[in-house]
Amino acid sequence: MPLEKISQVSGSAVYVPGDDIDTDRIIPARFMKCLTFDGLGEYLFYDMKFHENGEQKDHPLNDALYQNASVMLTGMNFGCGSSREHAPQSLFRAGFRAVIAGNFAEIFFGNSINLGMPCVSVSNDVRNSIAEWVGENPSGQVLVDIKDLKVRAGDHSFTCDLRPGARDSLLNGAWDPLDELLEANHAIESIHGNLAYT
Amino acid sequence: MTKQNLFEKVWDAHAVGELQNGQTQLFVGRHLIHEVTSPQAFGMLREKNLPVRYPERTFATVDHIVPTNETQEPYSDPLADAMIKELRKNCSDFGVTFFDTDTGKQGIVHVVGPEQGLTQPGMTIACGDSHTSTHGAFGAIAFGIGTSQVRDLLATQTMALGKLKVRRIEVNGSLKSGIYAKDVILHIIKLLGVNGGTGYAYEYAGDVFDSFSMEERMTACNMSIEGGARAGYVNPDAKTYAYLKGRPYSPNDNDWDDAVSKWASFGSDEGCHYDDVVKIDAADIGPTVTWGINPSQAIGIDESIPDPALAQTKDRASIEEAIEYMKISPGAPIKGTPIDVAFIGSCTNGRISDLEEVASQLNGHKVKDGIKAIVVPGSQVVSKLAEEKGLDKIFRDAGFEWRFAGCSMCLAMNPDKLIGDQLCASSSNRNFKGRQGSPTGRTMLMSPTMVAAAAITGVITDSREVFSA
Repeated sequence: MPLEKISQVSGSAVYVPGDDIDTDRIIPARFMKCLTFDGLGEYLFYDMKFHENGEQKDHPLNDALYQNASVMLTGMNFGCGSSREHAPQSLFRAGFRAVIAGNFAEIFFGNSINLGMPCVSVSNDVRNSIAEWVGENPSGQVLVDIKDLKVRAGDHSFTCDLRPGARDSLLNGAWDPLDELLEANHAIESIHGNLAYT
Repeated sequence: MTKQNLFEKVWDAHAVGELQNGQTQLFVGRHLIHEVTSPQAFGMLREKNLPVRYPERTFATVDHIVPTNETQEPYSDPLADAMIKELRKNCSDFGVTFFDTDTGKQGIVHVVGPEQGLTQPGMTIACGDSHTSTHGAFGAIAFGIGTSQVRDLLATQTMALGKLKVRRIEVNGSLKSGIYAKDVILHIIKLLGVNGGTGYAYEYAGDVFDSFSMEERMTACNMSIEGGARAGYVNPDAKTYAYLKGRPYSPNDNDWDDAVSKWASFGSDEGCHYDDVVKIDAADIGPTVTWGINPSQAIGIDESIPDPALAQTKDRASIEEAIEYMKISPGAPIKGTPIDVAFIGSCTNGRISDLEEVASQLNGHKVKDGIKAIVVPGSQVVSKLAEEKGLDKIFRDAGFEWRFAGCSMCLAMNPDKLIGDQLCASSSNRNFKGRQGSPTGRTMLMSPTMVAAAAITGVITDSREVFSA
């Protein structure tokens, strides 16, 4: 089945402030004791959202105003740390379809694109402006335009960045590379045979 | 001929072709898997009815979830038990070699690969674990990958990847006594930042890396990802070849000379291009300890916790957040901070030389009353070697618990966890919030020798003052 061509994502947004939000915060390791990714959405930011006694903490994802958010806005170096795909999977399964951040840690970025979840970067000023708009319009629609590299919120339009390869894969519906990788059968066989090691 | 660095040579030798999106389809010669990030990938293969393309290129072990105080199955944690059984079944169904717990070869994947001789110069290596950069110590290009890429490798032995830039990091001069590879890499991350390596592979070089043993090189390469670099490597040399000689999966004697000349040919050419070069003076590196909630928040043992009021505006919020979480005071010396737990182990510092170095200094010292101190060998091979040398007895006599091999308290997916807001002096690689199993647990990263000094005094200590005698 061909993959969906993703040229834009829109939905209400939530701002989760902070730089260097690591994968252990996005999904604590104890929730990775599982054989499938099903159900991981429930544990997104678990220790940021709940005290150890199960009481809710003051966190934007606990705020009733943002329960339907599908676009996450956050700070610099989002997703640093582990290579666990569990992190973008938990975001995706909690309903998120795009992340806007200052920038992203490399492996997290790649894992997210492979799921068809665009990750676009914005400057600090733009992040602050979008955050302010989202604060004033919690159910307002934020549109992440992959084609034009813009984030649109109400009457505002901001520039965002997405590296060309990732952008093309989303626009062309080629964000999951497996089918294309499988096609190179002979070239794979040739490298396998020519390598000095098995 | 164009002069190339090792990264470019290895990349070119494994490039299958260019994909539509401009990324390279890269052949990965060695694929390592474990129980946490592989079951979903095997599930996807079954869904698509795909076989494993080259099962002889994938090797499995179990490390994250194994208990270190029991070996009997079923494990008391039913989820952990299900995970080891699933890996066993997947390896058996798809014909993948599995270093199971009864083979004497099980252990942390990044300890097992090198000690089995699976990690060799000029290879591309990948594993669903960010510390795969460890294998770069041998002059291999090694990537941590997500589960969808584990699937891609199982199905095609290739994955889609954008080419990285290369930054050469030279550490020249000689290290002061009592300074370890862990201090060097923490210092590098402190200087270049937690995302300074984004888009780069790091080539570690200079006098210090030349003189490092293979295990010290592994410690440094291991933490490349903590500085944001997807891969890190050291050019292969005589030490690399000597380490590999006679290992189970190393080339045999007949093929040895050919293998060595092939390996040597991958080394960076004199005068080749680097996208960036950083030079560090070894004399500037002291015993280094993290105080915060990411590995770049590190200071020398004689320094004080930063004061957010004196920090640059952009760093202020992060410092405040870290100080609040760590329950420490701005401006206070790090030395003297009380600890509750001491952990020696992990893919960063759980190898035989780490344990020997600590054991050699312990003579007569005891872990302070009330401190929980554990030593977790990185693999069954390390464990056996250590026991043959009597290190287990030295650690036990000093008051440490001696455990079975695994990842253990580095990420606490097994029963080894901090409780409440305990503070752990840890030889592992991450000090993220909640990393060691308690959502309020606190971690300070340091060398194994510094961990031992903290275990003995009960506070963060300059190990050179404890072990000087």
